[in-house]
Amino acid sequence: MAADTHRVIETVWRMEAPRLIASLARIVRDVGTAEELAQDALVAALEQWPESGVPDKPGAWLMGTAKHRAFDLLRRRKRLDRKHEELGRELEIQQAAAPDLDASLDDHIGDDMLRLVFTACHPVLPTEARVALTLRVLGGLSTEEIARAFLVGVPTAAQRIVRAKRTLAEARVPYEVPTRDELPARLASVLEVIYLIFNEGYAATAGEDWVRPGLCEDALRLGRILAGLLPAESEVHGLVALMEIQASRLRARTGPDGQPVLLLDQDRGRWDHLLISRGLAALDRAERLGGALGTYTLQAEIAACHARAPTAGDTDWERIATLYDALAQIAPSPVVELNRAVAVGMAFGPAAGLELVDALRAEPSLRSYHLLPSVRGDLLRKLGRFAEASAEFEHAAGLTQNVRERALLVERAAACARRVQLGGA
Amino acid sequence: MRVMVLVKATAQTEGGALPDERILTEMTKYNEELAKAGILLAAEGLQPSSKGARIRFEGKKRTVVDGPFTEAKELVAGFWLWQVRSLEEAIEWLKRAPFADGDEVEVRQVFENDDFGEAFTPELREQEERIRTQVTAKR
Repeated sequence: MAADTHRVIETVWRMEAPRLIASLARIVRDVGTAEELAQDALVAALEQWPESGVPDKPGAWLMGTAKHRAFDLLRRRKRLDRKHEELGRELEIQQAAAPDLDASLDDHIGDDMLRLVFTACHPVLPTEARVALTLRVLGGLSTEEIARAFLVGVPTAAQRIVRAKRTLAEARVPYEVPTRDELPARLASVLEVIYLIFNEGYAATAGEDWVRPGLCEDALRLGRILAGLLPAESEVHGLVALMEIQASRLRARTGPDGQPVLLLDQDRGRWDHLLISRGLAALDRAERLGGALGTYTLQAEIAACHARAPTAGDTDWERIATLYDALAQIAPSPVVELNRAVAVGMAFGPAAGLELVDALRAEPSLRSYHLLPSVRGDLLRKLGRFAEASAEFEHAAGLTQNVRERALLVERAAACARRVQLGGA
Repeated sequence: MRVMVLVKATAQTEGGALPDERILTEMTKYNEELAKAGILLAAEGLQPSSKGARIRFEGKKRTVVDGPFTEAKELVAGFWLWQVRSLEEAIEWLKRAPFADGDEVEVRQVFENDDFGEAFTPELREQEERIRTQVTAKR
């Protein structure tokens, strides 16, 4: 029974933690302190609820307890340092403005959540720290879970979070929603974090598991929350669309023995049509908002081309090539160029694709990127140049850190090598 | 993980009466909360069983029985599909739903492929894939 209550408490706390931290940070003006206060409320619940039973409104109980402690803390600070009078004034304003907890929750929670999102993803923090802090304060993940998700030790994950909080405090990052002028850059930082979390789950960069779907679900959830908070920002819907459509393929991406199955070989009957329709709806919202299409919306458009095709053979590669072209205009990168080469190869033949890939071979940033030789190998294979193809697949296998992917590439290299022997070339 | 929340039919839902405005408002607010938390995947309400039918399979015979069906408690009046981290989370969300006195709501876990474990051998899975492909091909 006690164990059951503990699970209920932990579940409720995890559900409430982001809102708790968001509101507390407005009072104490520091995300680190807010998170500690929220933790204190969890400890209080663990002490009291097994005896008293779980309250009718557990969220309000946690918020009430935590806010009480926050105000205590402010009073202590005020007593300790009379010079900080403005804190006391602030405290009075806070108390006067929020006499009813439930009402204040409804009024402020949206803004507070946004403040928390923008603070946790503040550009002053290194990317890794932003990701860890976001999962911690917005995703409600424990340090252990974050460590496991990113294949690092618990002390490393803990340190990332501690350092992130310290950096925010030292840089005196205001707990605010960015102004209109700042918004595009600050939003880009938030979207980047969410998509990084998604990708970490979608294509694990290292280790045994090809997919860690838990992280994909966390990222999707964060994206949907953000779409609710910023409904007028088309790129938020674009990112949600992209993630929903990509997630729709999760269960088709691995074969029975856990080996990866590439997009065009996937059984489309196994795609999740609920997620596809949600993704297409989000894409529609993004485009209805008007304006030039952003990078996430364009990528979602590309993903949608695949999602709409009943079979791999029905894929509109010309449209995909055009979309990559548009993407390369606003976000030029060798990786985008490589993807464009793939689409061009499919739309206009492998020779056209190979021409674009060969132009990328001197690109220093792609030197250790396994997909370059992998794509080149595929185009060479289609052109019947099996010996060169086999060498490219071998090269790619040596570059990837993912065990499953390496096996797939080794297999493709061997298949091409067999064709060389058969052809006697 | 995903759960399906099954809302059972009552005399009112089977009578085809729409919920009153207060309940409708509360339910809309609740659905908004679910959406804002990022867990709501789908939500649908079903029309009374008088507008539905059942098909009974006996050997090669197919018997169609038109609604209504009597055992209201066994009937489903609506459902949600949620994406949650645990059954506990689903239960905690459900406790906050604005249902009336005497209502009963069921929460069930959706099978993920991994749940089939050893019994779901590669051959079986392959067969299932073939079946799914056929289904898709017919669409």
